[in-house]
Amino acid sequence: MKPSLKILLYALASSIMGVCWYPAQAQTDADAIMMAKRNFCVGAVYGYSSWDHYWEGTLKRNNENLGTVSTQSVAVMGNYGISSKLNILFGIPYIQTKASAGTLHGLKGMQDLSLWVKYMPVETDLGAGTLSLYGVGGISFPVSNYVVDFLPLSLGLGSTNLTLRAIADYQVGDFFATASGSYVVRSNTTIDRSSYYTTEMHYTNKVSMPNATQYNVRLGYRTERMIAEAMLSNWTTQGGFDITRNNMPFPSNRMNMTNAGLALKYNVKAVDGLALIANTSYTLAGRNVGQATSFNGGVFYILAFHATKKDSNKPAQN
Amino acid sequence: MKKIIILSIVTLSIAAAILYGCSKKAEGRTDNLAALQPSKTDADAGSWKTILLTAPTDVTVPAPIATNSPDYIAQVNEIKSWQANITNEEKESVKYWTAGAVLRWNEILRELVAKYNLPPYQNPDNTYPVPSAANPLAYPQFPFANPPYAARAYAYVSAAQYDALVAAHYYKKLYNRAAPYNVDNTVQVSIPKSDLPSYPSEDAVVEGAAVEMMKLLFPGEQDFIQKKAEEHKRARILAGANVRSDLEAGEALGKAVAQKFVTRARGDRAGAAVGTPADWAKLETDCIARDEAPWKSLDLPARPPMLPLFGKVKAFLFDSLTAISLRPGPPPATTSSKMKQETDEALYYTTHDTREHYRIVHTWADGVGTSTPPGHWDAIAAEDFIGKNFSEVRWARNMALLNMALMDAAIVCWDIKYYYYNPRPTQTNPAIKTLTGIPNFPSYVSGHSTFSGAAATVLGYIIPENADKYTAMAQEASNSRLFAGIHYRADCQVGLTVGANVGNFAVNRGKLDGAGN
Repeated sequence: MKPSLKILLYALASSIMGVCWYPAQAQTDADAIMMAKRNFCVGAVYGYSSWDHYWEGTLKRNNENLGTVSTQSVAVMGNYGISSKLNILFGIPYIQTKASAGTLHGLKGMQDLSLWVKYMPVETDLGAGTLSLYGVGGISFPVSNYVVDFLPLSLGLGSTNLTLRAIADYQVGDFFATASGSYVVRSNTTIDRSSYYTTEMHYTNKVSMPNATQYNVRLGYRTERMIAEAMLSNWTTQGGFDITRNNMPFPSNRMNMTNAGLALKYNVKAVDGLALIANTSYTLAGRNVGQATSFNGGVFYILAFHATKKDSNKPAQN
Repeated sequence: MKKIIILSIVTLSIAAAILYGCSKKAEGRTDNLAALQPSKTDADAGSWKTILLTAPTDVTVPAPIATNSPDYIAQVNEIKSWQANITNEEKESVKYWTAGAVLRWNEILRELVAKYNLPPYQNPDNTYPVPSAANPLAYPQFPFANPPYAARAYAYVSAAQYDALVAAHYYKKLYNRAAPYNVDNTVQVSIPKSDLPSYPSEDAVVEGAAVEMMKLLFPGEQDFIQKKAEEHKRARILAGANVRSDLEAGEALGKAVAQKFVTRARGDRAGAAVGTPADWAKLETDCIARDEAPWKSLDLPARPPMLPLFGKVKAFLFDSLTAISLRPGPPPATTSSKMKQETDEALYYTTHDTREHYRIVHTWADGVGTSTPPGHWDAIAAEDFIGKNFSEVRWARNMALLNMALMDAAIVCWDIKYYYYNPRPTQTNPAIKTLTGIPNFPSYVSGHSTFSGAAATVLGYIIPENADKYTAMAQEASNSRLFAGIHYRADCQVGLTVGANVGNFAVNRGKLDGAGN
């Protein structure tokens, strides 16, 4: 498998993290890996996440009328190398939600398609290691008319999101550190109701969505065979309002979360181009989101349309 | 490759600019309205039939000062000096308020209802606290503006505004003092001019009545309400529409009339509608004594039923015996095959939860944190009234007819609900997972259906050309509860009929109130 797929996972994670009531799926990190030219990596990831406590504004509570809220997802992702410096990526998840208690009906369906362009303008030796810099631009948008205004059981928030991200990676020997920062511009979303109350009344079915920032750092071990890493990520909504006491959540709430996680990727020796991934994450702190624990597992395979399968976990070498 | 990069960057930048620049403000349907320009002044509305007042002269309005008096001239100069220093923010305020006083105060009330429509969180011992009017700011804040509470609030504010405006029209005609712009043509006017006398100001009448009623209804919101009132009065002076004495007389009249409604409200039995643990227990034992399965709360922990004695509240449109006479026959027995069939139907809809059903359910849910079904119907009415160019007094009259019908629909519906105490479909079959929250009161008959039947009947009378539209909306609102799995078909069908019956009392009142249509 191509490690570059991780960016796909990250792409997907970004889109789902936008929902925030769901934990980040798959990798919650921006990776620093590129697919080789005319190699296409494609795979599927299954995810399960759940929470039984959430933050109503800043107040942490449970809700006997929800019990444990769980989300299952299956996502298809792909990453194509236009060149070793320029990759395009996509991801699309199918999601199913459920509350273990109370009477509310769960939802299921296709969520948002994410499309990304990733460019590595700089890769240079620096000190004892290699520094590489990346710029990523992405767009995500709903591919089905899913129900937006039924949190925490909605599949997503329904907005079209544009993400701009910068990534820096430094590798020394088999160890690396990656940091990234993103700004997410979110369009208005549309709900089924003709009016709604936030901190004031709105007589429209359009909801203005605050933008968001996202940060991610990761440290780990990275070789041709495998990657093992720890990550810390933060999603902060730039505006929005808190859920009032014993109220329902709303798409334009101020949803913040800080997650910690572990991730593994292993390139199967016996089958060239086959990789397995697994990761887990936990919400350390949040606001207007569930305190989720999530697990993901996936399989990826590289199709080489050019030369041989060049799948390195290391940054592309010139 | 460079081309691709540049193209990507350009495309993303443009997309970002479009998303950022064009779509951040979600403009509301009533944010930018033209000024209200009544197609007729309804100058003779002083003779229209009032609701609580026996005559417009129940409240005295003193004779105004003459337009050639120094004091009046000083008041005109006050308009001019304010206009000379008007800020952009004040211009926005003028534009906002000139869309209509009854409209804006109805919107403010809907906003407060939405803010306060939150069920209290449980105590540590799993009992529930009850909001206290005496301590409105402590949790749980007073009121819990649930549908019956909201229906009553809309009715009292609308009815008080109507009676006060009828009285205002009586005094306008009696004193016949011209508007400032008709006295001094150098006063700038940012509203459509009218030959209706401006003393007392109908805007201030509407504001005064609303402020006085809302002191009772939302005692924790005095700062907010008072701020709106000051803005409103200031906007009238800035608009050149009224001198200060028009506003002072109007506000005093509005408050004095509203006081009579406050007195009525204090004695209308709504304050006791929460009931006592003994009342709640009796509802259950009475139901069991009839060999029926009693309603149980599906909230966790179980919550006492919502306002079980609201059916005993004093209605506006009929007496208590009439209210009872509007009670329909019973729902299918809880053990009957008919009830089994209706439960299966509710299950069917929840397991066949189409996207269109979610749209319908959520369009009409009007649950926690919303202005409730009566508020939704007020919004529907108001947005249609905007295009009709009603005078303020006609606006008030139409909103009063609608909201008295909605309050009385709540009374009759709640009487029925607690008379039969019928379980929700999910209580009968826990496999039924609902597309919206299950309200915490008995099933038969559907509140949404009753409200909607009443509203559609009244609105169809007020705007006959829309009657079919309102009927279809009411039917969809009613269906939404079946699609959501929170009501049986019988609840919805009978609820619509009961609501229409209540609505007809308002229609009959409207036919005789002297306003015509």
